[in-house]
Amino acid sequence: MTARQALLAGGLGIVMVLTFFAPPYFMHLVIQILLWGFVYTAWSMMGRFGFVSLGHGAFMGVGAYVPALLWNYYGLTPWLGIPLGVALAVLLAVVIGYPCFRLKVIGHYFALVTLALSQVVLLSITAARDITGGSLGLTPKAAGFSWYALQFPDKRYFYVIALMLWLGGLAIWRSIDRGIGRQVLDAISEDEEAAAAVGIDVMREKLRVTVISAALTALGGAIFGQYLMYLNPETVSGIAVSLQIVFAAIVGGMYAMLGPTVGALLTISLNESLRIAFGTNFIGAANTIYGILLILCIIFMPRGIVGVLERIGVRRVRSEAVAAE
Amino acid sequence: MDMYLVEAIVNGVLLGGVLALLALGLNLIFGVIDVVWIAYADIVMCGMYLVYWLYVGLGWPLPLACVCAIVGLAAFGMLVHLFIIEPILGSAPINQLLATGGLLFFLQSFATLLFGTDFRNIGVRLPVIELGDIYISYARLLAFAMALIGAVALYFFLKRTFIGTAIRAIAQDRDIIGLMGADQRRIYLITSMIGGALAGLAACLLALQYDVHPFIGNTFGPLIFMICVLGGLGDMIGGFIAAFVIAQIISIGGYYANTELSYVLAFTFFIVLMFVRPRGILSR
Repeated sequence: MTARQALLAGGLGIVMVLTFFAPPYFMHLVIQILLWGFVYTAWSMMGRFGFVSLGHGAFMGVGAYVPALLWNYYGLTPWLGIPLGVALAVLLAVVIGYPCFRLKVIGHYFALVTLALSQVVLLSITAARDITGGSLGLTPKAAGFSWYALQFPDKRYFYVIALMLWLGGLAIWRSIDRGIGRQVLDAISEDEEAAAAVGIDVMREKLRVTVISAALTALGGAIFGQYLMYLNPETVSGIAVSLQIVFAAIVGGMYAMLGPTVGALLTISLNESLRIAFGTNFIGAANTIYGILLILCIIFMPRGIVGVLERIGVRRVRSEAVAAE
Repeated sequence: MDMYLVEAIVNGVLLGGVLALLALGLNLIFGVIDVVWIAYADIVMCGMYLVYWLYVGLGWPLPLACVCAIVGLAAFGMLVHLFIIEPILGSAPINQLLATGGLLFFLQSFATLLFGTDFRNIGVRLPVIELGDIYISYARLLAFAMALIGAVALYFFLKRTFIGTAIRAIAQDRDIIGLMGADQRRIYLITSMIGGALAGLAACLLALQYDVHPFIGNTFGPLIFMICVLGGLGDMIGGFIAAFVIAQIISIGGYYANTELSYVLAFTFFIVLMFVRPRGILSR
């Protein structure tokens, strides 16, 4: 098993190094996959324990808009702006999360409350159009190549940033998995009352994972804004983005570490190949297929693509073991 | 008193009627099957396109097109239940919400494929009623009246018929209902059918006052979920009151500030009230 893992890691490493020399279009796709993969992974940190949030569009929007606004109006470097944006997203997560967990707002009620949060952020950005540009979007002031402004016209810089972010996200996922937190959260998602009865501080554990998830999502949004150099309330916040996050994570498989990334890989390449195949004649084609895929996925493989692959893998290992005997 | 404020309040009441009508079917499904059809507003959108296509495209008379839309969506509601909800009825409710989210993606993009992103209008302009200095849209008045009629009809159906009683019983205790001689599967199907038909009714009335486009569901969808939850799960009267409260916030907020901010206010109100009264505004 370890040999196979090493082989997988080695292969992935070679692909990553090769990408560094890839043409810009290909690199653009890889950066998008890595950044969205990071955000989807952040969402799944909550989602896999049954806390389905439809509010991650809000965290992403806050994370993207705060540094861009501070840069445009006060010339504040994103090195400070991004932490501020992340802090604000965390504050938002606590303000919503704390009463929700205290009052045991769970399941689809939690989903609907967080959905309202997405809308609040989306509409606030749109309403403050004098400052944020409203639905016309916002462009951070260009500074050419600048470490201070965190702006790099060369895509390779963002490739490395996105890659590091993504690996960092996986490392955090790993550390949640390794620590006692994983068992605790599993217990909570099975039965909150029972978990509380065995002495688990349900509130604190849920809040902790929510804060981590919101902070990473905001960070992803911030880097996304820096990379694209254009923000639009519809593309970084609101229900559409929240649903996009949830669904890609589910299709990929939110219970496995690489599942959300596979979701990003699949949805982005599906979108791109349909766009190339049909051009703009069939604007809805990609999402039509995507919608059907999603329904089928939830009904027939709720653990997602990676979940199914894992099961096949387990079965094969077992049959190999039987054969060895 | 400020005439514009009065107009805002009156329009708020009428908007409340529209929202109440939209929330009616969703609330029934929510209360009985304990499923959130997150694509409900998009099913209404399909109904609006159906009316548009039959009336403008094929030149059918408007009442016939409306009847077809209601019947069509009733059938569609049953299909949604059979093919999407029923296979996963046993899993966590959140999965059913997400599965209908897939339907939302599908319907929006399928409508885009068929009709493009243009705003379509059925071209029927109902008169505007002038009362003193206040202008009232006739289409909204009609929607308001239909919402009231629909709610009363639904009330009597639930109270006076056997199947209605069974529907209420199943909402109270879904495990025991089999012992009472009612077929759970059939009741769920009928509930979904009624929910679909109510979506069709709402679609007809919305088509009279709004342009149709593939993403119109996003305008109403979030609002009607809030209304259902605020009113209390499956509580028709609570849902009605919630619809009018939300509509007034939007209408009066729009008068003092702007439209987006009034929506922000409505959603914030929802979040706060969720924490104060998690079981709905009429709960004790």
